[in-house]
Amino acid sequence: MPEATHGATIELENLSKRYPGNPGPAVDNVNMEIKAGELVIFVGPSGCGKSTTLKMINRLIEPTGGRIRINGEDVTDIDPVKLRRKVGYAIQSAGLFPHMTVAQNIALVPKMIGWPKARIKARVEELLDLVGLDPGEFRARYPRQLSGGQQQRVGVARALAADPPVLLMDEPFGAVDPITRDHLQDELIRLQHELHKTIVFVTHDFDEAIKLGDRIAVLRERSHIAQFDTPEAILTNPADDFVSGFVGAGAALKRLNLTRVRDVEITDYPNVTLDDPLQEIFNRLRGSGTDEILLLDKRGRPYKWLRRGDLMRARGSLARAGTLVSDTVTRDATLRDALEAVLTDNAGRVPVTGRRGEYEGVVDMETLMNSVHELLEADRLEALEAQHELEDLRAAQTHAEQEGPGGVTKA
Amino acid sequence: MSFWEYLGNRHQQLLTDAYQHASAVFQCMVVATLIGVLIGIVTYRSDWAGSLATVTTSTILTIPSLAMIGLLIPMVGLGVPPTVIALTLYGLLPIVRNSIVGLRGVDPSLVDAARGIGMSRLMRLMRVELPLAWPPILTGIRVSTQMLMGIAAIAAYASGPGLGNEIFRGIGSLGSKNALNQVLAGTLGIIVLALLFDAAYVLIGRLTIPRGIRA
Repeated sequence: MPEATHGATIELENLSKRYPGNPGPAVDNVNMEIKAGELVIFVGPSGCGKSTTLKMINRLIEPTGGRIRINGEDVTDIDPVKLRRKVGYAIQSAGLFPHMTVAQNIALVPKMIGWPKARIKARVEELLDLVGLDPGEFRARYPRQLSGGQQQRVGVARALAADPPVLLMDEPFGAVDPITRDHLQDELIRLQHELHKTIVFVTHDFDEAIKLGDRIAVLRERSHIAQFDTPEAILTNPADDFVSGFVGAGAALKRLNLTRVRDVEITDYPNVTLDDPLQEIFNRLRGSGTDEILLLDKRGRPYKWLRRGDLMRARGSLARAGTLVSDTVTRDATLRDALEAVLTDNAGRVPVTGRRGEYEGVVDMETLMNSVHELLEADRLEALEAQHELEDLRAAQTHAEQEGPGGVTKA
Repeated sequence: MSFWEYLGNRHQQLLTDAYQHASAVFQCMVVATLIGVLIGIVTYRSDWAGSLATVTTSTILTIPSLAMIGLLIPMVGLGVPPTVIALTLYGLLPIVRNSIVGLRGVDPSLVDAARGIGMSRLMRLMRVELPLAWPPILTGIRVSTQMLMGIAAIAAYASGPGLGNEIFRGIGSLGSKNALNQVLAGTLGIIVLALLFDAAYVLIGRLTIPRGIRA
């Protein structure tokens, strides 16, 4: 398979939309530069024009003013049909065509741009694999035979079919239940790690924005950009009352969503496997200096917590000793998930597992607390620095203006 | 002569009439379907054009069939032409109306998705809108056919083809010993044809409506 196309830059310049008969514009002078490979979120209250702005990028809605450039190429006046075939588009509730099978839905764009049959077939398999659906099982199904989450996966596969550099997503996970939405968000993060597309994603859910976005554009009415920055910066340093109102309460808790378990220190914990003889387990426990040890099953997955007392009562068999491990987190879990798990665990610690569920370490309350403090401190420093920079820049500008044009004109 | 003897004696003539009846209805349906769906496609996106098309075709349907054929004879003469024109015109309403309703009923978010992935206007129509509107359109065609089966009998008035001849002959010779048999044979023949056509539509539906949207 050829190397996937990476993202392209998107530049919006004075982009506006006026509807006839309306005094004010629906979208007013949006200026934005989106870097290649970046996942940018448009977030804002309903009716703020975020969807309209998105649809102007593939010209489903024709702008009445301004320019759109993709990878430097001005696409404001090219044939919109051609433009849309180069820009993936995924919408709420997937928008799959109910009279076509999953494979036919995905194959639509490659077919339109004239790929040979064999290549389309291979591509469909590849994409189904990519979005986590078994091609053999799902290829020939019709959309109504899929769950909401599966439909959405196919929708994303269809949008990616012709390997476009840019992907536009209009509240794609708005119509699925919270658990499925969570899964789909994780999948999107994983996909983006592999593909590095430029993604513009519209949502009204700020938590979704924080979880997914490399940068977030908080939009107010008429698509005015209230703040366009990284999630960390928006959380710790909202530009104004509108943004802080939108961030809502609990910014510190939300900050936990931005850091993953792999970014913090995990501690090693004394552990034994089921195969170890009982005497060995005793010795290990005695030597460890703690009064608890983690028992792993045959595949190295966390199985039970064994206390000293449990072992005394075990009498030769571990079958009924100890307490089962109730919850584990992966390296990719957010600190918030980890905190949740630690809080619910009665001893305040939770095992961290690898890809196949094998033991990697343990996080507990203390390490989490320390990491969070460090994080917030670092954010605060960064925000201060950014503020200083901004002030310096403004001062320089005022200075230049006061000096008059004489100093800077080149003509 | 009993009805069964009558059928036995005249089966040759009856089969010919039945064949011509079916063939006239079938051909007019093909023409009416093409015209009707085309009218639907042209008008469904505008409110007033859609209403105009529906009102016009339903006005045609209110003209009594005998009067319509009577009016057509001075213009196009006797025989096949007035029959075909009348049947085609009558067949339009259900098809036009169901085409408009079906095309308007396609989920706008699907049309949006079709545009969004780069389908041209024509492709959207052929690949998305018409296939999704096809079940209601097929229902319209079916209703039309049933209606035309009955109306086609009137064509005999203009010396047109079909089982109507049998009925008219019977009515013309009321009192004679075969009159009732003739009317009965014509009427039953039309009913049997209508049922056969209906069965054919069920089959066509099975074959042409994609599995993903079949009820």
